[in-house]
Amino acid sequence: METMSPLERILRGIALTLVVIFFMFPIVWIFLMSFQTNETILRIPPSVIFTPTLDNYAALITGKLTTAAGTLDIAFMRNLGNSVFLSVASVALALVLGVPAAYAFARHKFRGSEDIAFTLLSFRFAPPLLVLLPLTQYFQWLGLSNTYFGLIWVYQLICLPLILWIVRGYFEDISADVEYAYRIAGHSWFSTFRKIALPLAGPGIAAAGLLAFIFAWNNFVFALVLASADKQPVTVGALAFVTASGIQYGQIAAAIVLSITPTLALALYAQRYLVEGLSLGAVKG
Amino acid sequence: MTTLQLKNIVKRYKSQTVLDDLSLEVADGERLVLFGPSGSGKTVLLRLIAGVIDPDEGRVLIGGEDMTAVDAEHRGVGMAFQNFALFPHMSASDNIASALTSRKSSKEAIAGGVQKVAKLLKIDHVLSHHPKALSNGQKQRTALARALVGSPPLLLLDDPLRNVDAKLRFEMRLELPRLLAAQGATVIYVTQDYKEAMALGDRIAVMAEGRIRQIGTPAEIYNSPADIEIARLFGDPTINLLDVVPQRGPDGAFVELSGVRVRLPGFGAEIVGKECVLGLRPETIAFTEASTLGAVPVTVEAETPLNEKTVTLALTARGREILVSRPAGTPGPTAGPAHIAVNGRAAFLFDRASGQRIRPSEVTSKRNGEAA
Repeated sequence: METMSPLERILRGIALTLVVIFFMFPIVWIFLMSFQTNETILRIPPSVIFTPTLDNYAALITGKLTTAAGTLDIAFMRNLGNSVFLSVASVALALVLGVPAAYAFARHKFRGSEDIAFTLLSFRFAPPLLVLLPLTQYFQWLGLSNTYFGLIWVYQLICLPLILWIVRGYFEDISADVEYAYRIAGHSWFSTFRKIALPLAGPGIAAAGLLAFIFAWNNFVFALVLASADKQPVTVGALAFVTASGIQYGQIAAAIVLSITPTLALALYAQRYLVEGLSLGAVKG
Repeated sequence: MTTLQLKNIVKRYKSQTVLDDLSLEVADGERLVLFGPSGSGKTVLLRLIAGVIDPDEGRVLIGGEDMTAVDAEHRGVGMAFQNFALFPHMSASDNIASALTSRKSSKEAIAGGVQKVAKLLKIDHVLSHHPKALSNGQKQRTALARALVGSPPLLLLDDPLRNVDAKLRFEMRLELPRLLAAQGATVIYVTQDYKEAMALGDRIAVMAEGRIRQIGTPAEIYNSPADIEIARLFGDPTINLLDVVPQRGPDGAFVELSGVRVRLPGFGAEIVGKECVLGLRPETIAFTEASTLGAVPVTVEAETPLNEKTVTLALTARGREILVSRPAGTPGPTAGPAHIAVNGRAAFLFDRASGQRIRPSEVTSKRNGEAA
């Protein structure tokens, strides 16, 4: 890095601190809230000094929510399990379908290939509400509503275009010569795809998969409309904390902490792939 | 060793014709250099032979067998790319071995083959490195090793020395012929460097705009270029090209330089009054005394001493530039007025409109003056 004057360094530090506070404060606050009861949370003025309690987490894990009005059954752990299953299955399916498709779009320009690729991308432009009503009807006719299969299918609207377009870019960045060289060395196109294209686009595929996972995890509206309680993910399940006797802030906070943990862990793990980038140092010009 | 035949190859990209009805035959064990400026279709042609690009029309025959519809992996050719095209995620040894693994030979045989070719190319000490950790020269040798290791009967080399520094290029230019001869393969070598073409080719095919303009031995191309462009591309310093209109003299056609008549032996009445370009190789011109018959007066502008030769820039009376090349160490004027002797027998004459060479009539009269 270039040398900076002390003043620059201080200003830079202040700016960075502000940004970090702006983005990190809500997360820290939620984290603190998850260890408090509703009373301490709603105390005015708010304070960071409190006796931590694990009641919120206990309620979530046992599935018994005790409120002023009595005990309520909540299916949070099941919702969490649904989220994991739906997101993983959707991303897996989208990778299986999207990566070969991205390769085809990157390497073979056939009639209408751009149009097909763009149509797939346009699914991301349309607001989900636009397609929700007809989709609900179709799903009822087809018997797909309230099935994992149906949800995973709809989640392809979110995951597939994302993976297709990101991975396509990575495939296009690989020099065609590298693949030609492998073909000429006597390998079939499929083995070239597996041994050359896939490893070289690996970081891109990981990044696209991670993004798709986050988008699938965060989806709310499809799951709300197309699934009932036992198939719903956490995003919808959190609604259960808005009870007749009030909003359970402590449990919501704990639920949020639990539900962001998998994506956060995944992001931290995949970080090195995201940063690594393509190492095409062997190709010049 | 094998033969290669290309028959009426046409390749178009959208509306642009990259290869235009191109036919070519390469004999068993021959080293053919494809030479031409960038964009002339050399690389496309090479890829077409390798089978990674399909022609729109025409046929590719390797060893007499029609390979037009055969996939690249079944053609059994070896190829080295200009940008090396190494697999960045594999070590140098795996890169080289990739040409052997597809044939399912045993592990020992593969390792042995890699060792042997790596020793030959002096990269056996870096076999465990990834391409990132290799120097440019080592990358180039690795790419070459990968092409050579399977002992393919047909070897395609796409400007392999383009991306290496001048010193290494010079070394490899000396080393390659021996290496390729030991390989015994038929070689197609693409280059933009005329010295490389002259040094490595049994024959040179000069390409321009998707066609082969001229094909012949290096000496034929240099001493008898088919057109102005080929004359310009071969030779350093570049050939002198002067616009002239030949006139009729008592003993054949002549042109005037600085008001002095330069005879063009062998040319007759057919070129008189025609707009022509006179091509004079710098090494065919020599400085001479004013008293010599036919000496052309010039003014010396500048002198550039190169290692093995000295190049002098001179101006004719009408201010036209002429380069004169002489072996280093031989005496010559460095400034001011001087005289040159122009050898009309070594001069080329080109049609100014078409750029085609006009051959001396003794030769062309037999062919009904087709070159004119």
